[in-house]
Amino acid sequence: MSEAAAIPAPAAVGRVRPVWRRPLAIAGAVIALVWLVVAVFAPLIAPYDPLAQTFTALQSPTLDHPFGTDELGRDVLSRVIYGARVSIPLAILLVTLAALIGGVLGAIAGYFRGVADGSVMRVTDLVFAFPAIILAMVVTAVLGRGLRNAVLAIVIVAWPAYARVVRGLVLSIGDSEYVQSARLLGVSSRKTLFRDVLPNVAGPVLVLATLDLGTAILLLSGLSFLGLGAQPPEAEWGSMVATGTQYFQQWWIGTFPGLAIFTAVVAFNFLGDSLRDFFDPTSAADRGR
Amino acid sequence: MSEAAGSLPRRVGRRRLVPSATFGRFIARRAIALVLLAIGITLVVFLLTQLVPSDPVTANLGEQAAGDPEAVAAFEAHYGLDKPLPQRYLIYLGHVVRGDLGESSLTHNPVTTDLGQFAPATAELAILSIVIAIVVGIPIGVAAAVKHDKPVDHALRVVSLGGISMPTFWIALVALYVFFFRLGWFPGGGRLDPGTLDPPHVTGFFTIDAVLAGQWGVAGEAFHHLMLPALVLAAFNVSLLARYTRSSVLEVMENDYVRAARAKGVPEATVLRRYVLRAALPAIITVVGLLFANILTGAVLVENIFAWPGIGQYAYQAAINLDVPAIAGVSLFIAVVYVTINFVVDVLYGVIDPRIRVM
Amino acid sequence: MSSALLEVEGLRVRLPTREGPVTVVDGVDYAVQPAEVFGVAGESGSGKTMSVLALLGLLPPGGAADGHALFGGRDLLRLRRSELRAVCGKEIGIVFQDPMTSLHPMLSIGQQIGEPLRIHLGLSRSAARRQAAELLDAVRIPDPESALRAFPHQFSGGMRQRVAIAIALAGNPSLLIADEPTTALDVTVQAGIIRLLDRLRRERGLSVILITHDLGVMSSIADRIAVFYAGRVVELADRESVVKRPRHPYTRALLDSLPHPEAPADTPLVPIRGMPPAAGAFPAGCAYHPRCAYAVASCTTEVPALVREGDRLLACPVDPLRE
Repeated sequence: MSEAAAIPAPAAVGRVRPVWRRPLAIAGAVIALVWLVVAVFAPLIAPYDPLAQTFTALQSPTLDHPFGTDELGRDVLSRVIYGARVSIPLAILLVTLAALIGGVLGAIAGYFRGVADGSVMRVTDLVFAFPAIILAMVVTAVLGRGLRNAVLAIVIVAWPAYARVVRGLVLSIGDSEYVQSARLLGVSSRKTLFRDVLPNVAGPVLVLATLDLGTAILLLSGLSFLGLGAQPPEAEWGSMVATGTQYFQQWWIGTFPGLAIFTAVVAFNFLGDSLRDFFDPTSAADRGR
Repeated sequence: MSEAAGSLPRRVGRRRLVPSATFGRFIARRAIALVLLAIGITLVVFLLTQLVPSDPVTANLGEQAAGDPEAVAAFEAHYGLDKPLPQRYLIYLGHVVRGDLGESSLTHNPVTTDLGQFAPATAELAILSIVIAIVVGIPIGVAAAVKHDKPVDHALRVVSLGGISMPTFWIALVALYVFFFRLGWFPGGGRLDPGTLDPPHVTGFFTIDAVLAGQWGVAGEAFHHLMLPALVLAAFNVSLLARYTRSSVLEVMENDYVRAARAKGVPEATVLRRYVLRAALPAIITVVGLLFANILTGAVLVENIFAWPGIGQYAYQAAINLDVPAIAGVSLFIAVVYVTINFVVDVLYGVIDPRIRVM
Repeated sequence: MSSALLEVEGLRVRLPTREGPVTVVDGVDYAVQPAEVFGVAGESGSGKTMSVLALLGLLPPGGAADGHALFGGRDLLRLRRSELRAVCGKEIGIVFQDPMTSLHPMLSIGQQIGEPLRIHLGLSRSAARRQAAELLDAVRIPDPESALRAFPHQFSGGMRQRVAIAIALAGNPSLLIADEPTTALDVTVQAGIIRLLDRLRRERGLSVILITHDLGVMSSIADRIAVFYAGRVVELADRESVVKRPRHPYTRALLDSLPHPEAPADTPLVPIRGMPPAAGAFPAGCAYHPRCAYAVASCTTEVPALVREGDRLLACPVDPLRE
């Protein structure tokens, strides 16, 4: 046993401070919470109707319209606020679906091994062969544009990562002597599943999901930017940036929605990164992405 | 010393040790996996094309040609539209293997021709972008790892987290606005200035072709046009690479063999190079494979904003206009390129880390 | 004493922790003679590894060492990094505990042995190759030519440790430090490594500092043994005296806890009651007093000095085991 192991360990478990004491995690959580609140209470917070084309078009930011107005005379600030109602809930839905589908498939693959494992792995390989946006683009093109199909497309792209993670965990836990001896003692498979496997799986899946929220927002807004996701006149951050590229000189049209995307994604990345350190301090930060 | 007998590789009657045979098998295994994956990709693409809700004839030929009964008949024969699904797939596979990806309903060129025209533009962009990412990202990651837990490291971590949070299309927009519109440092799009003629085609890379033709001015102009989109594409990847490098180097630095190297009296610079970086290299190389995925994804968005005539634009136009052969051809092409790059990365990994060769 | 190869005086080592700096080695004196095997025994956390890491400047970041370590006319603890580098691997070789992790996984054996040969002895590539093959032969690795081209993962644990020893010997050192060289190996392999060290010591006139918690392993080749407890030396004598006639209660307890091959089959193993103290929480006075059967009041207040008692150095004023 090495000498270093005998040196007194700090009071907290592991060598990192608990999640709630890390500035990065706090910042991320606060920002995410703000956006959640904005998304939920948008009708109460937004100064104007996001679809109302009643103002002078292409006005630069003023006190009345802190983010200016767009080419159809709509208030950009209100649209950005309502954009949260699209991106945030959809991202959460998306990631939840992907985690569920991927998690279940991965668990099946890891638990039953053999043919089930082989087929799930082949399918994930195939999905991974396509860069995310290409696959998403093709799916939306084929199925038709719109937010619903965009969400479906991204779920298709996102679930394999969860399958891989969960499969790996189930495999290694299943191999562990603890579970083997429990099985030998006659503990039912279902019990080992819930008592031993699930708690160990929850952590990494949570980390992946949090980080994936950011990616989901980026992909969703990216597809909308290309015109394959949200359709006009819907107020969505990505399509607003697309408008911004057309009305190039009116910088406020594209900059503020993009800023919204950035802050939302950053919040989830901060959170996810801190969570990752918390659940696996040995990974000295960054794997899996 | 009985333990010795089983612990060295067998010499199989030759003087040379056998790592080369193990390595050969390793590459062969990976190559077979690659081929199987490519076939799987064709299946996926084929199935996707079958999902298109519109009438395949119109979708593939375009409105005009669909009115011509001869063209329709030829089309149906070529693709075996009357045959059952699995047979149609085999026909499709047969076409693909012979290099026939169909004809784009937009451009009316063979898709392969289109790809040949648009791919080099993206390749040029991608290569420059990866080079920037590597040259900037890896040293930053190493520096952060060496100055582990100091303020510099923390600052770098926050900045890199920010870097991977920015939507590529937004960076492109802001970059264009600031550096083109306001500062005028870079051109606003396209591969060359509006009046300039393309250099004579050799590789399709304007920079290289111009240099080969002695057109130094054009080369410089092409490079100037490349810079901004390449930098925008690199932004995400620099952050990603810095983070991965940092964590790989950190993991390696904790290893006993680093301390053992110092105990051998190896100079610190050599320790860093041979024991830390070299050991971290495999993980870093794996990430480079991932970087290509990001570049391809980002290319779609960046080419859109910078009016760059590359694969990304081609894919986008195909998707928007439901140009089915083009969609199929482009996705097939991109996916095969991507898994090939991963194959090369795998092989490189095996070259650098001999432990992998037994897998 | 001036003929000693290595003289350690008043060595103190502090390491940083979350609660502040902690003393892991608390005033250690010993001397290693030329061509002797000097055993350092003690449980984990006794400071035995840190005391030698300090000599080679290999303490973890933030670690600091006080005292003197005279070797070849120089004080190792006062040398600059560049000077220390010339000593490490050349005049002093070190073998670490875990051969799985102390060899570079991606460099061939030949490269790893060749490295110190070229750095310290300035050998050319071909000369280094030949010398490396000879070293592999000296540590009894079969087919040295093939082994040179192989990689660590192709060898078993025992073979890897032999390679590590070969690397440590490459610079032709006068002192070899072996930190728990057999602990990570199978019992059947351990004897081979120990016999190897013994033979090398005799063939090359090498001094060996053998650090281990396993007194059984040590008693087969050590000439003198120093027993460490809580960062201090509590007993230092030749092998016979320590193993057959231990005077410090801790040494006695350590020996008692070893299974004896000739004892009757139902002889119970006697563990030492209590736990070794963690650094930073060493008990006041004699650190062993909470676990000692012979402790008296003064043991809780006064740190016992290491004094000469006949044929040995002993840090126990009570000396209850004296005949």
